[in-house]
Amino acid sequence: MALVMNDENQRLQHRRGFISRDLAGIAVIIAIAAIGYFAFPDNLALLTRMITIALLVLSLDLVTGYCGVATLGHAALFGSGAYAAGILSAHYGINDPLLMMLAGITGGALAGLLCGAIILRAHGLPQLVLSIALINLFHEFANKASSWTGGSDGLSGIAPDPVFGLFEFDLYGHTAFFFGMALLLIVFVLLRFLVRSPFGMLCHAIKQDPLRIRAMGASPKAALIRMYAISGAVAGVGGALNAISTQVVGLDSLSFTQSAEALVMLVLGGTGSLFGALSGTVIFMLFEDYVSAANPFHWLTMVGALLIVVVLFAPKGLYGTSAAFVSRCREQRS
Amino acid sequence: MQTVFSIAVDAFAYGMVLFVISIGLSVTMGLMRVVNLAHGAFAMIGGYIASYVARDLGLGYATAVIAAVVITIIVAIPIERFLFRRIYGAPELTQVLMTIGITFCVIGIANYMMGPTLKTIPLAGALQGSADLGFRTIPVHRLFVILCGLAVALALWFAIDRTSFGVKLRASVDDAAMAAALGVRTEIIYAVSFSVAVGLAAFGGVVGAELLPVEPYYALRYMVTFLVVVSVGGAGSIPGALIACLLLGAIDTTGRYLMPEFGEFFFYLAVIAIICVFPRGLAGRAK
Repeated sequence: MALVMNDENQRLQHRRGFISRDLAGIAVIIAIAAIGYFAFPDNLALLTRMITIALLVLSLDLVTGYCGVATLGHAALFGSGAYAAGILSAHYGINDPLLMMLAGITGGALAGLLCGAIILRAHGLPQLVLSIALINLFHEFANKASSWTGGSDGLSGIAPDPVFGLFEFDLYGHTAFFFGMALLLIVFVLLRFLVRSPFGMLCHAIKQDPLRIRAMGASPKAALIRMYAISGAVAGVGGALNAISTQVVGLDSLSFTQSAEALVMLVLGGTGSLFGALSGTVIFMLFEDYVSAANPFHWLTMVGALLIVVVLFAPKGLYGTSAAFVSRCREQRS
Repeated sequence: MQTVFSIAVDAFAYGMVLFVISIGLSVTMGLMRVVNLAHGAFAMIGGYIASYVARDLGLGYATAVIAAVVITIIVAIPIERFLFRRIYGAPELTQVLMTIGITFCVIGIANYMMGPTLKTIPLAGALQGSADLGFRTIPVHRLFVILCGLAVALALWFAIDRTSFGVKLRASVDDAAMAAALGVRTEIIYAVSFSVAVGLAAFGGVVGAELLPVEPYYALRYMVTFLVVVSVGGAGSIPGALIACLLLGAIDTTGRYLMPEFGEFFFYLAVIAIICVFPRGLAGRAK
């Protein structure tokens, strides 16, 4: 009896720990966004771009960090969302941002289903190569279907209406920034619930031991494909936000480079943690922005050196390594 | 008929260049299980050195080839010793990150030292012009590339299938721990095959410079192609790599000739189809 009580107690404490960490996380995100807002009032476009890429990296974290699927083609989902939202506005004249967002989510989720169904057929290196082939295929397809996507000129003519008919997208990007922040917070909270749900746990278990999961009667592939669709929806939110805030969708949103950069940001921050994904994005993009402005010729070298240093000295990513360090300190003290 | 013939020659030459560059990657990948995205960077370094030696120093083509291979190996040794050795056995993501980092650094440095323009490697007089086969003429350089590819394939087959080094290499590919337990110095095998792989990459980069032009983003542009070839062929298999190179070279070249507006669409479609049917590559073995 005492044991049961203890269990119950622990679970309660566990949950309370999670919730307080969630609240702290949201507070930190808002604080960082506020700092960014007041520190770079003229550069809100960069901050909005950061939010869109953060959504892409979060979505990549769902399949790479939580399910262990190695992919270098995740921008396919992001770009599909962006094109879905952009085409809705440019070709059908539906300019409501929320409807565009819905189109982006649908487009991303469908692309996720398709990519998941193909990528999950292989493991290891072939899986990586499949994902690269897929992103290149998407890229070539978007380039070829230029009557729909604008080809290499990009899809222009996107003119989103005011959000709720009240907040117009202004030249300085205030509305886009707050719109993006709201989306990021909503997605973040939903994902925190998702990764802690039984389904999220199942995906985590599949990463650790797929054979055992099969023996327990669950189908790893079905779960992973579902996760891929969810991840696609998240990436689609990012893509749609990109289309709405920049009012143009370029082929680069469907490129291998974009995918590789997203993966780099994720591993930089630390896989398998939503905070890791967010911090990796912020650090990488600030670093890139700063270095490319300071020395446009050497920024690629700097980024490369940063990657090597991270792999050598912080193999779990910056967030993962510092979190491990903090918990070790705490253990030593107690 | 003329088109078919010239497509065939170009496809064959292109496939051979791919083979020379990526066979080293295939062997090291099968041996060390490292997803090495920096392999193209070594080919690019080779191309730059050859261009510098042949064009700026005015030495001959043969000197340029030898200098490129030797210097690239010398450059690669510290990289292997201090960077690659840390990631043997690490998770794939770590390896991808590290090797992309190395690639970025090499690109940045090449851009700084050699400038962003395209570099040419002046050919030897004997390789210019075209050869008459009686019924068709083909550029001598294409012929040279094809012969180089065949020679490399033959030499590698001999080294791996007929020499005692090859026996040890194959044993280490199959089971490194067991080979080490039986007295094979696996670290020497690793080092030698890594140098050979890098040397071949440099050689391929120089010989294939007419087909894959040398410029700073070479490493990034063809990185994917080399990786794709290795994965389609099955890591660690020479016949697999040869078949994959010829097949993918043919598909890519034909697509470019007949439907240039589709770009690499058919190339990647074929890759997806092949990997879906043969998840371990054409000649891959079950683990």
